[in-house]
Amino acid sequence: MTDPVIQIENVVVSYRDSVALRGVTLNIPRGEFIGIIGPNGAGKTTLLTVVNGLAHVLQGSVKVLGRDANGPGRHELRKQVGYVAQAVAIDKRMPVSARDVVMIGRYGRLGLFHHPGRHDWQMVDEALEMVGMAQLARRPIGHLSGGEQQRIAIARCLAQEPEIFLLDEPTASLDWKAQTEILELVKRIHRERRLTTLFVTHNFDALPHAFDRVVLLKDGRITGDGPPDELVTTESLSLLYNLPAAVVEERRPHLHKGGR
Amino acid sequence: MDFSVFGYQFMQNAILAALLGGIACSIIGVFVVLLHMPFIGVAMSHAAFAGALLGLWLGFNPLLGAFIFCLGAAAVIGPLADRGQLSPETSLGVIFSLMLGIAFLFIGIIPNTRSAALDLLWGSILANTRNDIIVLGVVAALVVAIVLVFYKEIQATVFQRDIARAVGIPATLIFYGILFLTGSTITASFSSIGGLLVFSLILNPAAAAYQLTYNMKWMFILSAAFGVLSSWIGLLFSYFFDIPSGAAIIITSSVIFMMAVIFSPKRKVKRWQQEAVKDIEGE
Repeated sequence: MTDPVIQIENVVVSYRDSVALRGVTLNIPRGEFIGIIGPNGAGKTTLLTVVNGLAHVLQGSVKVLGRDANGPGRHELRKQVGYVAQAVAIDKRMPVSARDVVMIGRYGRLGLFHHPGRHDWQMVDEALEMVGMAQLARRPIGHLSGGEQQRIAIARCLAQEPEIFLLDEPTASLDWKAQTEILELVKRIHRERRLTTLFVTHNFDALPHAFDRVVLLKDGRITGDGPPDELVTTESLSLLYNLPAAVVEERRPHLHKGGR
Repeated sequence: MDFSVFGYQFMQNAILAALLGGIACSIIGVFVVLLHMPFIGVAMSHAAFAGALLGLWLGFNPLLGAFIFCLGAAAVIGPLADRGQLSPETSLGVIFSLMLGIAFLFIGIIPNTRSAALDLLWGSILANTRNDIIVLGVVAALVVAIVLVFYKEIQATVFQRDIARAVGIPATLIFYGILFLTGSTITASFSSIGGLLVFSLILNPAAAAYQLTYNMKWMFILSAAFGVLSSWIGLLFSYFFDIPSGAAIIITSSVIFMMAVIFSPKRKVKRWQQEAVKDIEGE
């Protein structure tokens, strides 16, 4: 493992009445494509927000790109971390076009008192081109479909020119074709831009061949960490989701059997 | 019609106050509408009302009392909206009713304040002092300058605060700045525009602009134009038909809002729909 860009040491995060992460340690070297899976409430989203310094870390240390993610440099750090959050409903009348949303990705890097110039708009248009949304760029963001809005969010991260790419279930609530297309898109971006990518997903079909490494999360703890074909097995899924192995097998017949 | 009235100082002051207050309030309104927090205006204007009455009671400048109460309200509203254990509208409603209660309490315990209190509630745009106008002018200039300088940060923050933070924009600071500006604008508009009117001047022009454009820059410009237009038209009606200026301005801005609702958004949505229908027919 050379050059770990994300070092999470024994991190505890809690919200008002519940503990979201209970002592998580994770080291991620540059360039890895990592899938994070686990049941609802396992702390997957929190793990991503620990990386970009949005989570309120009670204990432990987080170093990302050599910076303390909770220290005074966190605004600087966030500029280098692209974050596609879970889809939220956007007001249909919101006076912001798709192109404006992608430009928001550049705002952090531009900094206060600097207005976007021609170069920035060029980056925005290239990003829109790459995610296949150039044609809908002028549409109000609220008029786009869920899948299109996720593509715009990905374009926003591209325009940001990040080193780390965080995606929180970008394909949830999308149909099968859109899911596959977006996963392909993210993989392509990961490769071409040489990013380090953390991808929260429930899409097990794609898992085994898509990711370099899989992290299993349950109840705020890491219960598994390794290559996907060793970890995404009937046994581990049955433990992860508290389902009898027979039920897992029935639902996911094409999964590798444990210990293949 | 006799237009000689425009030669008088009081009318010129009123026109100037309507211009400055219209611009400041309706730009603040864009934030309020886009952040989906329309109650901010009501809660804060009643906080200002209570603060001004406290000033009357204790014998200091009501404007100062209004300002302190507004900032206090902003300091409570911000964290409530952020932490979100209650929905922001619920907590704003509680603050609004508390402020109204405090205001009535002051009216009850201070002797002979009823007419002064009514003046505060309705404002007296025709009885502006030079000081009122200077304060309004400073705040209006501040609001416009801040929107121009921090446009991109403001745009990102009102669109999605989490995303703004995630790309490295100090969104929390911007959000609190917006609340602070709202408080300042309401305070400055208070004596000339009045506690009730200030709310409608914040909400109605921005809500009208929201119906008409998909471009945030245009929304700011349209909202400011509607704000000034409602104030001026209201002022004219008030003078020529001898009706209260505050009421005339509120009604004008509401009519502009209704016309915006009738005339535009559906047509735009229909246009998208018609394109879709054409696509289908073309296949």
